[in-house]
Order: sequence, then structure tokens, then C-alpha cells
Amino acid sequence: MIAAIDVVLILPALAIPVLALVTNYRAGAFINVATSGLTFAAGLLLLASERVRSDLLIVDDFNIFLVVLTTFVGFTTSIFSATYIAHELETGRLTPSFLRFYHAMYQAMMWSMNLALLANNIGIMWVGVEVATLTTVMMVGLYRTPEAIEAAWKYFILGSVGISLAFFGTILVYLVAQDVIGQGLQAMCWDLLVGAAGQFEPHLLSLAFVFLLVGYGTKIGLAPFHAWLPDAHAEGPTPISAVLSGLLLNVALYALLRFKMVLAANPATLNVGAIMAALGLVSLLFAAFMLYRRRDIKRLFAYSSIEHMGLATFAFGIGGPLANFAGLLHMTMHSLIKSAIFFTVGHIAQVKGTQRLADIGGLSTTHPVLAFGFALGVIAIAGLPPFGMFTSEFMLVSTTFARQPLLAVVLVIGLLVSFGALMLRLQDVVFGEPKGSTDPVKASSVPLFIHFALVLMAGLWLPETIVHWFRTVAALLG
Amino acid sequence: MGTLAFDLAHLLAGGMLVLSFLLLYQDRITAVINVFAWQAIALSLSVAWQSIVQEAPHLVATAVIALVVKGFLIPFALHRIVRRLDIHREVEQVIGGGPTMLTGLALVALAILLVQPVREAGGTLTREDLAFALAIILLGLLMMITRRNAVTQIIGFMSIENGLILAASGAKGMPLVVEVSVAFSVLIALIVFGVFVFRIRERFDTVDVSALDRFRGERRER
Repeated sequence: MIAAIDVVLILPALAIPVLALVTNYRAGAFINVATSGLTFAAGLLLLASERVRSDLLIVDDFNIFLVVLTTFVGFTTSIFSATYIAHELETGRLTPSFLRFYHAMYQAMMWSMNLALLANNIGIMWVGVEVATLTTVMMVGLYRTPEAIEAAWKYFILGSVGISLAFFGTILVYLVAQDVIGQGLQAMCWDLLVGAAGQFEPHLLSLAFVFLLVGYGTKIGLAPFHAWLPDAHAEGPTPISAVLSGLLLNVALYALLRFKMVLAANPATLNVGAIMAALGLVSLLFAAFMLYRRRDIKRLFAYSSIEHMGLATFAFGIGGPLANFAGLLHMTMHSLIKSAIFFTVGHIAQVKGTQRLADIGGLSTTHPVLAFGFALGVIAIAGLPPFGMFTSEFMLVSTTFARQPLLAVVLVIGLLVSFGALMLRLQDVVFGEPKGSTDPVKASSVPLFIHFALVLMAGLWLPETIVHWFRTVAALLG
Repeated sequence: MGTLAFDLAHLLAGGMLVLSFLLLYQDRITAVINVFAWQAIALSLSVAWQSIVQEAPHLVATAVIALVVKGFLIPFALHRIVRRLDIHREVEQVIGGGPTMLTGLALVALAILLVQPVREAGGTLTREDLAFALAIILLGLLMMITRRNAVTQIIGFMSIENGLILAASGAKGMPLVVEVSVAFSVLIALIVFGVFVFRIRERFDTVDVSALDRFRGERRER
């Protein structure tokens, strides 16, 4: 019998060769949407089936919601992507042969992210993140313009170096574990590592975490390892920007948190919380100030991703049940809102024919629906009520004030600075003088508003089951 | 066999470290490729020796992969690229040879200092081996930073991978799954690199990565 956990992994893997062979781009787009939809259904089934573990794969409270989130955003993005690429073909920026490659890579990326999330073995988790990196590198370079190639090259070099360092960290974790657990596959099983972490050699374990932090931190996009992120977001196709920001950054943060749990179980190790909080705060402040000088609309939201991943990392660094809860909620909200923003931005950039902020204005008169979506997105990402991100940021700020008042001041400054930058842009883009083309948008805005509905719901009322999961995971994170 | 096992393992790992230093100050691309090939051969010997010491036959596969792919195939392919693109002149360095070597020495010292407090582990991979692997990784990073040329950056990256495999092979009983996947990902990395190198060549008529700098940052004009 095949369990839901296998389906989540098998479906995308099967779709890769099929999509690589289908020459008709409409059929390809349809298969892509169908596969993503079925994978999402399997992810939902995972909720109902029991929690399982083997030496290779695991389903627990932590990864189950991330798998559902990843397959869901993968599904909505595939719908967005279908309309997006149709427009790209019309304008001649892409050719049908590139689309075969694009669709195959899309499913390869979904497969590798699901693999990384479901892996119990830290080696397999690493393979998942690595494959996801390589597939996104190829997608970022898809347009073949000099800018796209530079972005892909930079992403590739920084990503590979980061990933190699993470692999060294993984080897070190295995080394400390095999002394206690014994040689072989079991010494790489995440759940066994947490159980035995108390007896691990603390010095080597701390050293391992430093490598993992720098390695996976590069993938999370924490300053000062973020240099690849804005370029990769701005130059690739917009559906890829949506999944990069919404999903891949989460997967990297998830990998890092898995290791943080191991360290949390061993009190003699380095205080990793302080390092993570510092890196998170630096990323937040840096990105908040960088938001003001952006000329490119996709770059603007790429910097906003650095800011929010910094916030989540800061939350996990502060630690404790409340801050960890806020961090988990923040990851979820960010991935829903940011992917929705990229859907809107993709439509805007296509209809206006440019990504330059200076050439985009007065959307409320030319494209009211897009303007509405854009305004909702910016309000949600800026952390205003009643959206879910207000809840997570409020929890984070209040718990930080109670425990580290000085850090809270810096945190609030960062939040306010980025709020100001986003409001300025909102003003120009939505209400400014109308600029550029007024052609109607053909694309569907359904995925967009589904995301916003979910985010709004999370801000008003969070279902009890989700609260329960977040609480259990928050307790494990220490 | 006890001391011989360690002595030979250290000799080979030490040899790889020396080759890492040689990589740092070569000023011709063909020489860099050759030194890298030698390092890959030293790696494969070292992994083979570990497989004898640990009585782990699966490591032989890793050794063979290192020897064939990194010792011969990739250097051969890189030589071809260099000849095709007619770039077998000097290596452009961001920082001169002397300061690079001094930084390299400092990195080796750092590797030793980081690993030294580790309690002697029971496994075959002693802290000295770990220090060697870490030093090779750090020198590979240094090489990637100080070299502008795309081909030398590829070699810097692969010498980091050499250090990683040295560490992985020394970790007793590390599952083969992981080693195969490493070899696999190196292969993917090569394909990607190859594609990129050609495309960069196509678009910019140079493989000097600094030519890409012109396109950095935001698109101002247009």
C-alpha cells in the first residue's frame, strides 16, 4: 500500500520526465497544474494519516504544516505560472522549447523541497536543499539576458559554497553522533539525534552548528550572506521568484531549525540563540534601509524577503514558547503573502512591460483589481492588522520587550523603517499619476485572493489544531 | 598496523593540503588544472587507504569516482574548454601571491585552533584529519575569493569538495547513500558549470567573471 507520504514524493518525480517530453506548452502547463494539485491533495491526506517515521523519512508536527504549505503554494503558483508563461510566449521572451525545460524543472524543485522537508536523515535533507538550489539556479538563468546570467552565476557560486559548508557541518554532526549512537544510517536520523543529543561532544557539535548556520544561512538569505537573493529574485521568471521567496527560504530555515533542536537538547553547547538573534536583527535592519533605494519592483520585495526571514530567524534566536510560536506563524504568513505579492507584481510587470518602479504608477485608475491586490499585499506584508502578520509581529515585539528590552527597541526601529518604505511605494504605485499601458489583464487573480483570504483568516481566528501544532513545535525548539 | 595507518593517512591528507597551497599561487590556468588533478589523485589514494583501514569496501567506489572523474575527466574537459576559448594565459588575481599565501597560512592555523579542543574521538578520523579537511576547505574558499576567472573558480569549488570528501571518508561508517549523492551532485555541478561557462563565453566573449560586474546592481538605463 502506498501512503500519502510516498505520493507527495512520487508524483512530482513522475511528472519530471513527462513534462520534459511534452512539446505542447498548453498540455505542459496543464500537467504541471494537475500534478501540483494532486500533490497538494496528497499533502492534505498526510494530515489525516498517522505520524510515521523510518530511518529515511519522517512526518511530525513540525514538517507536516510546512509540507501542506509548500504543496499549496506550489499549486497556486502553478496556476499563476500557466497564465504568466502564456504572456511570455506572446511577447517572445520565452520559446516553447524553454517551457518544456521550465516545467520539468518546476516539478524537480517541488520534489526536492518536499524531500528536504520529509527527510529524517540529515544527509537526505541536505541532498534535497542542494537539488532545490541547482534547479532554481537553472530557472533564474532562463531568460538568457546578461543580467539573468549574472544573477544565476552569482546565485550558483554563493549557493554552492553555502551548501558545501552545510555539508561539512552535516559530517561533523554525524561524527559526534556515531560516538554515541553507533555507526551507520541511524547516526544521521534526526529524531534519534535529538534523543541522544545530551551525550554528544559539545565542542564539536557547536562547531558543526556554526558551519550549518553559515551554510543554510546563505540559503535563508541572512545578511551578510544575502548577496545572491535580490538578483535571483529580480532576473528570474516571476513564478520562480514567488516560490523562491515563499518556499525555498522556508525550507532552508527549517533545515537550520532541525539542527537547532539538536543543540537545544544539549545544554553544554554554544548559545546559538544569541548568534541567530544577532544575524536576524542585522538582516532586518539592513534590508529595512535598503528598501528605500530600490528602483526595481521585484528587487524591492526581494529585500523585503530578507527582512522577514531576518525577523523569523530573530524570533527563533530569542527562543521560548511565545517567540518560537511567533517565528513559526511568521514563516507561514510570509510565504503566503510574499508569493501572492509576486503574483500581483508579475501581472503588473507584464501589463506595464517594465519592472522599473519609476514607470509604474496610478494602478488604481488603470487596473483597479491589480491595485487592490497590490495594496492588500503591501498592507499585509507591512504587518498591519487585521492580517496574520500583525499577530506574529505583535507577539514577537511583546515577548522581546518583556525579555530583552534593548533588542526590542532595535526591532521596532527596523519594523518602522521598513513600514515607511513600503507605504511610500504603495502611494506611488497605486495612487500616483497613471503611467504606462492600460491594456486589460487577462490573467486570473483567484490564487491571489485565496492567499489573502487565508492570511486574513489567520489574523482573525487561528484554528485550534494549528495552534496545537505550533505549540508542540515551539516547545521542542527550546 | 596502528601507527602505519595513521601515518599514511596523515601523509596523504598532508599532501592534499600542500597541493591546496600550490593551487593558490599558480599563475597559469593549465598549471592550476594539473595541480587540481594531482590533488584529486591524492584524494582517491587517501580514500582508498581509509577503505583498507576501516575495512569498508564501499569506500573503494568513492575512491574510483574521485580518481576517474576528478583526476582525469574533469581536468581533461577543462583543458579542452581552455583551449577552445583560447584563454591559457595568466590567472588574474585580486590579491597578490604573497598576501594570499600568508592568509592561507593563517587559515590553516585557524583550522587547527578550531579543532584542537575536540576530545580525541574513538573513530578513525582523529582531530588531525579533521583539521586537514577543514584547512583544505578554507583554502578552497580563499581560492574562490582571490581568483576572478570562471575556470579557476570552478577549481576552487571542486577543491572544497575534495576537502569535504576527505572528511566524509574519514568519518567511520558514514552511509554510502551520502557519498553517492555527493558524487552525483558534483556531476550535476559540473554540468551546470559547463553550461554556464559556455554561456558566459557566448555572451561576454570572456570567461573573466569581473566582466559580469558591469551588469551588477539595478538596471539604471533602459
